[in-house]
Amino acid sequence: MKLTFAVYRYNPDVDTKPYMQDYNLEVAEGSDMMVLDALIKLKEQDPTLSFRRSCREGVCGSDGVNMNGKNGLACITPISTFKGKKLEIRPLPGMPVVRDLVVDLTQFYKQYEKIKPYLINDEKAPAREHLQSPEERAHLDGLYECIMCACCSTACPSFWWNPDKFIGPSGLLHAYRFLIDSRDTATEERLSELDDAYSVFRCHGIMNCVDVCPKGLNPTKAIGHIKSMLLKRAV
Amino acid sequence: MVTNAASFGRSGVHDFILIRASAVILACYSIFLVGFIACSSPLTYDVWHSLFSTLPMKVFTLLALVALLVHAWIGVWQVLTDYVKCTSLRGVLQFIFVVTVFCYLAAGIVIVWGV
Repeated sequence: MKLTFAVYRYNPDVDTKPYMQDYNLEVAEGSDMMVLDALIKLKEQDPTLSFRRSCREGVCGSDGVNMNGKNGLACITPISTFKGKKLEIRPLPGMPVVRDLVVDLTQFYKQYEKIKPYLINDEKAPAREHLQSPEERAHLDGLYECIMCACCSTACPSFWWNPDKFIGPSGLLHAYRFLIDSRDTATEERLSELDDAYSVFRCHGIMNCVDVCPKGLNPTKAIGHIKSMLLKRAV
Repeated sequence: MVTNAASFGRSGVHDFILIRASAVILACYSIFLVGFIACSSPLTYDVWHSLFSTLPMKVFTLLALVALLVHAWIGVWQVLTDYVKCTSLRGVLQFIFVVTVFCYLAAGIVIVWGV
């Protein structure tokens, strides 16, 4: 069985502009593999092909790419998903390309940094640990699982147009994770930082983030909760 | 926090509330007008004139015009800040748009209160 690929290629040291390069891969009839395995085999054919990968099991979030127009993790996306069609692999959209499928995520991490992704607690430290009830802990489900692969934020038009001002779905999912955490005491300060026309309210709820999240999370719902918290605080 | 001066509201929440409140007013006005036109058969000049001669309709129309101004101001500001990256061009476009919407409002007031 012959699989065909078109892979985005761009080496700023050599190429004047990006181009799509076609590759063929022979695999056993009826077999399946993940897109990352195919990329590794393509790299054996062409060692100049560059992409990021680490854990190869959907945990590290390194190999987010755009496959036939939809963002996802190459390591947990089976080739069979594309039903024998030619597979176009491009870098995550909207980000500056470092080389081939490797993008510069500086802006993405800057937005993450803005939300202060750590517990802030100005109360006297307990003797052993901050305890949470099972109900309080349950609030963090669907939030803490984010692996920051950037699939959601780079699928969001609001993040494409204002990556310096709009926090983006991933950052806001993390923001809500700390806003709802019973051990965090900086809720008011966190909300004050988010209360502008860009940081949260540039989300118009188109749910591209939900559509592409490889972990099945729902950033739009978390953003809705943040908007409600800001509204309750203001009205 | 990201600051801005060109939008209508004082903050993100303010814009969020204004754009939804104005949308509710515009929806009510549109539904009322469509309903009135559908239920008034035949729709003559006299029927239309008498509708707009009443004080509640004048106030409702004025309210809808103000809601349109607010809704359009915030909406266009959002679209322009998404797509027009040149600050001076965006400022000029926003200025032209806001002046135009104010002209519509002024014309609307004169027309409605002239009936």
